[in-house]
Amino acid sequence: MIRLLNVRKGFNLGRTNEFIAVGGVDLSLEGNRITVLKGPSGSGKTTLLSLIGCMSRPTSGRISLLRNLLGNNGFLKDGDTPEVEVTSLPERFLTEIRRQTFGFIFQQLNLIKGVTVLENILLPAYPLGKKHGVVKKRAEELLDMFGLGDRAAARVEWLSGGEAQRVAIARALMNDPPIIIADEPTAHLDSKLSREFMDIIAHLKGQGKTIIIASHDPLVFEAPVVDRVIAVRDGMIDGAGA
Amino acid sequence: MTSWIEKQRSILDYTLSSLIRRKGKNISLFIVYTLVVFILASAMFFTEAMKREASLILKGAPEMVVQRLLMGRYDPIPLDYLQKIRGIRGVISADARLWGYYYDPAVGANYTVMAPRNQSIAQGKIIIGKGIARVRMINKGDILSFHAYDGQVRSFTIDGELPAASELVSADLILITEAGFRDLFGFPASHATDIVVSVRNPQELLTIARKISEQLPDTRPIIRDEIVRTYDSVFDWRGGMVIVLIMMALLAFVIFAWEKASGLSAEEKREIGILKAIGWETSDVIAVKTYEGSVVSFFSFAFGILLAYGHVFFSSAFLFAPALKGWSVLYPDFRITPFIDPHQVGILFFLTVVPYTVATIVPSWRAAIVDPDSVMRS
Amino acid sequence: MPTSPGRSSKPLISHRSRKMTGKARLTVRKSSLCLVIFGTALLMLGAMFFHATYQRQADTPLIGRVAGVVKTLALTDLCLFTEARYTRHPSQADLFSAFQDHPMALEHFPAGSIVGPPATLRKLHDKLD
Repeated sequence: MIRLLNVRKGFNLGRTNEFIAVGGVDLSLEGNRITVLKGPSGSGKTTLLSLIGCMSRPTSGRISLLRNLLGNNGFLKDGDTPEVEVTSLPERFLTEIRRQTFGFIFQQLNLIKGVTVLENILLPAYPLGKKHGVVKKRAEELLDMFGLGDRAAARVEWLSGGEAQRVAIARALMNDPPIIIADEPTAHLDSKLSREFMDIIAHLKGQGKTIIIASHDPLVFEAPVVDRVIAVRDGMIDGAGA
Repeated sequence: MTSWIEKQRSILDYTLSSLIRRKGKNISLFIVYTLVVFILASAMFFTEAMKREASLILKGAPEMVVQRLLMGRYDPIPLDYLQKIRGIRGVISADARLWGYYYDPAVGANYTVMAPRNQSIAQGKIIIGKGIARVRMINKGDILSFHAYDGQVRSFTIDGELPAASELVSADLILITEAGFRDLFGFPASHATDIVVSVRNPQELLTIARKISEQLPDTRPIIRDEIVRTYDSVFDWRGGMVIVLIMMALLAFVIFAWEKASGLSAEEKREIGILKAIGWETSDVIAVKTYEGSVVSFFSFAFGILLAYGHVFFSSAFLFAPALKGWSVLYPDFRITPFIDPHQVGILFFLTVVPYTVATIVPSWRAAIVDPDSVMRS
Repeated sequence: MPTSPGRSSKPLISHRSRKMTGKARLTVRKSSLCLVIFGTALLMLGAMFFHATYQRQADTPLIGRVAGVVKTLALTDLCLFTEARYTRHPSQADLFSAFQDHPMALEHFPAGSIVGPPATLRKLHDKLD
């Protein structure tokens, strides 16, 4: 599904403040599973997530995605192998992959302030150039699904923590991506909301999504729905994972 | 193609939402911007229209005026110069003009007193310009008194007013008989104010002017072209007061273009990172900024231009009137004919909309190429 | 292929499920509004040029009449600035009078903004007043 081969990522290379966030990771992630990258802060799990999510490129190593995850991206050719190596693709195609293959839920939620809930959810769909009516209908369905129907016209800063979390999830689902990536999703949630989040995640898995979460919250990695926990420490993977 | 349009509309949607949430800032920006365009466009419309109108009106001005210079300043011209001028080949006619100024201490206004050649006026009567009628609140049938050169008072009955439509040239005129004029000012019968000359062939005007100054070395001929050119420079929008206005407006403009260009706030940078992380391309982010710049600048431009048009051509540039009036008490009441030059409007467009839009895009360019993972690292 | 969660009608968060209100669904798109205003602005700019052309044609006989007055009375100047003779008749003014180059200049000679009149002269004038 997703394969990482000896992936390394360093920052400020060649300078005095050089540091290696990810140092030689080999990893294979299966589809339709909930995988948790567990580790203390600074362990490199967020960097690993951003590498998997095509937000940044590894310094060395290769990352491959299964071809049918990439949808109908323009750069795919008929002669391609079932696995597509994404590390060498130009930025434009990486953007396309981020848009269609991955849905992101950020630690800080990263909703755009001052803009309505509906528009925040619509944002990932804007560059697609789909008909507004269709896209809006999809966003409204997502809102209804998350019980946010009457908050559509509200600005995101007026929302409660739980509502904001659900808006962030709805935005990640906007383009119907096969893979959801969540970085410390429960960091700012109380236990009740954290459990609610895991319920939603379980539901998404039930719908066939692949979910990759970086977290050091026991409520997350000890949750029964989680299929696999991978311990990350100092940019390396501890053992083979549970 | 439809997908491209849909995408642009969506990006525009986001741009507008993003503009609306900074309502206070953007509205004040819009107001200042509109004001800058308004001032520039008003100055441009006014000067251009006045210049064109002046050149059309002054088509009727004398082909040549001959003044006499004495000690470097102009002085009454002896009437025997008329014969000498008439003797020059190509001259059809040369006639004396009698005109001068009268300061009215009652209202503190200067009048132009003139004895016309081609309009007969009855003895003891005068015809006045609309401006005088307004300032002195006098009408036909009223009596206007003057202090003559000898300290005596001369009174004249107002026989009529010059047409209101001609106020731009006649607001301060008093038409009087030649006898009355000479009696009022004690002006000797042997002299005139100046001489107007008409020639057979306009092409020879310069040659004839040269001949006149050769034969009458103490004279200065002024040809019609020079008169029109004087008004070209009076209403040159790059000159005088107008340049001060423009400099100030442009300076204000540079200040806020600079404010824009000097960088984005941390908040804006973060937003660009978010957009990129959720799958926006660099070009989409730049499109947002382009629309932002163009929406603000285009609407300010359009609004400023329309306001300026109303100001200059419907309200006769009432904001400029104090500057034009200066110290004068008498000011003509006139409506300006809208001569507008699409070329100038185009220049103004490029001077305002384009630099502002560019100033908006450039800093976002740098921000738009940030790595999308920056939002995860923060 | 995964199925879309959006297509399932069952709300995920059932305990707080609220449908969107009609008002939120019916809002006009901002871009449509913007395009309408844009179109209106363009139309008004067009109307401005149209009005200018129309007014100019309507004014042509008027300007002709003023030019007629100028011709009969042998006038040379516009009656715009009546405060001084070199502003009332700038085209007839002496060659070296102020405002000859740029009649709208605030101060004609740069010296005027630097050098004031001599004190003795000022006193002289004071006495006359």
